[in-house]
Amino acid sequence: MFSKTIMGALAGAAALALSAGAASAQQKLKVGFIYVGPVGDHGWSYQHDQGRKAVEKAFGDKVETTYVESVPEADSERAIEQLARTGHGLIFTTSFGFMEPTLKVAKKYPNIKFEHATGFKRAPNLSTYAAKFHEGRYIIGQIAGKMTKSGTIGYVGAFPIPEVISGINSYFLGAQSVNPNVKIKVVWANSWYDPAKEGDAAKALLDQGVDVIAQHTDSPAPIQAAEARGKFGFGQASDMERFAPKAQLTAIVDNWSDYYVARTKAVLDGTWKSEDTWGGLAAHMVVMSPYKNMPDDVKKMAEETEAAIKSGKVNPFKCPVIGQDGKEIECKGNGALSDEQILGMNFYVKGIEDKIPQ
Amino acid sequence: MRFELTPRTTVSPVARALAPVAAFITAFLIAGVVIWLMGRSPIAAFDVYVLQPLSDPWSLQELLVKATPLMLIAIGLSYCFRANLWNIGAEGQYVIGAVFGGWLALRTHGTDAGAWVLPAMLLLGIIGGALYGLIPAFLKIRFGVNEILTSLMLVYVAQLFLDYLSRGPWRDPKGFNFPQSVTFDPAATLPSIMEGSRIHWGAIFALVAIVITAIILGRTLFGYRLKLTGDAPRAARFAGFSSKATTMAVFAISGGLAGLAGIVEVSGQIGQLQPSISPGYGFTAITVAYLGRLNPVGILIAALVVALTFIGGESAQILLKLPLDLTQAFQGILLLCVLAADALVSYRIRFVTRGGGK
Repeated sequence: MFSKTIMGALAGAAALALSAGAASAQQKLKVGFIYVGPVGDHGWSYQHDQGRKAVEKAFGDKVETTYVESVPEADSERAIEQLARTGHGLIFTTSFGFMEPTLKVAKKYPNIKFEHATGFKRAPNLSTYAAKFHEGRYIIGQIAGKMTKSGTIGYVGAFPIPEVISGINSYFLGAQSVNPNVKIKVVWANSWYDPAKEGDAAKALLDQGVDVIAQHTDSPAPIQAAEARGKFGFGQASDMERFAPKAQLTAIVDNWSDYYVARTKAVLDGTWKSEDTWGGLAAHMVVMSPYKNMPDDVKKMAEETEAAIKSGKVNPFKCPVIGQDGKEIECKGNGALSDEQILGMNFYVKGIEDKIPQ
Repeated sequence: MRFELTPRTTVSPVARALAPVAAFITAFLIAGVVIWLMGRSPIAAFDVYVLQPLSDPWSLQELLVKATPLMLIAIGLSYCFRANLWNIGAEGQYVIGAVFGGWLALRTHGTDAGAWVLPAMLLLGIIGGALYGLIPAFLKIRFGVNEILTSLMLVYVAQLFLDYLSRGPWRDPKGFNFPQSVTFDPAATLPSIMEGSRIHWGAIFALVAIVITAIILGRTLFGYRLKLTGDAPRAARFAGFSSKATTMAVFAISGGLAGLAGIVEVSGQIGQLQPSISPGYGFTAITVAYLGRLNPVGILIAALVVALTFIGGESAQILLKLPLDLTQAFQGILLLCVLAADALVSYRIRFVTRGGGK
């Protein structure tokens, strides 16, 4: 293993010498991924791992990929630095809680490119990226509004952070747009991945008369609970049809593959720059899985809304947006709430009777 | 036919000393077979898992960083466990220590408060943890409530309290509403021992706690009292030792050290308060305390070994692409082997064949 270190040092020196002149295209690029959950969660981390596999497929011998799974957010700095020390040239850290540790390691290794998902702190060698999941949530909100018989729809949230809050609002605004009297109930699991808790949260909602459930947690447990009771739900992060063939109306699929392939290519080509990417349905970062188990008119409505969001005709947060207290939210964007307002959202819209836990 | 464990009349000290070594060899042999069955090289795995972390200065540092909170908490727990008092709530005492100390860091944030801040934070951390540890002690003495239950349940109370603080009153106003406090000022940050290293003063505190504990347990009346209260409570009462005073004392010590670990991690590692500040150190430390047989030096070694399994597990994922499940299985195998070895030193297995009589 000492010889390996020496080889590594030599390779590093060679790379430095080369990069001074021509680009070192022959060298294999090592791409590392840090996941917050297990790759087998069939949700968030699973989809990131699909992205990793897409990178391997796209570049074959030119890249080598590595992942570290179930990394606790409070103890992630070491795992990130391990990747940096073992010759990885591009490192993706795929949960909000990895933000400070990624920033620390990025400062220490200025020649390595870092990419942090869903955060807001950047550096010359640290990009951020996220997806506009709220666009998909507006569509499923409309479907839920049409499909509910009890008039009450439900939502299993992980943590009351802006990304989740904006999803709940968008879901509810979608439902309201087709069903003005609709009500929503929200239950917090306080975990991204805890199938038992997520399932219990879903059952609690079903017991309270909810008949369509959406979720912002990582496992298929909530939709499985809906399936078991003969109710409806939506897949989250990945297509969960096989877990709930009768209950899944559609799924909001996170598609990181295109982004990961593009960023890897940028590093290989030497064109990588630190930037902030926030793509939605139009950019294919958010993809809706086939609409099923619903009447044709609902399906048609969903498809039309999807097309309208892609073309920019529909924006879930079109002004005026009314807050819970009945007051209009200041419109800081162009006819809709600004990106900053959505990324930092900490209010519920009018009609949601719950309170955000604070 | 059945097995029976019969106590050995004499236990050789050599066997007792060699038992952990035998346990390690056995655990590695079992894990080696599993790795071999998976089609990987057990020798390469051993190299990555054990030899590399122990021969590379960076990993050695990380080993100490990871072991620091485990040592501090486990050494505190050893006081309780020696007196046969079951403090399962070190995780909560850790959190409250971080909250108490963190309060001062946030209070003095942005002011030019001087060098007194850090020592005061550490002291507050100890006080917070100790007070929180005294709750189950008090409930036990006053009302006879089982301390296992109360100390465990108080963990969730502490975690939710921190959750509330980092989402509500202590949230960083410029943090896009994400649940985290501002990052601590340099005056509130526990410094590294050396420039550029991640080892902070917490490691020194842990070593000091170990030395002091060794002296207390070996050479003081209090140490003797603990042992007596645990082994022979009636005798201890006859000798005039108050079991109430002992209960209060050990819970305060144990809570105080867990609280110190909490503020040390927050001010030395994480640098801010956030909902999750521990990957379960308070619970892992229970394992460490028992692996170390409640002996100060044993705990030092056990904490390093447990830290090694975490760091080696990450290296195995990165360098050998071995799954995390294997690391966790290995941790389980190791613990089982150590416990089995201990049992076999004190007991002998007899095969009993049923004959005559019934």
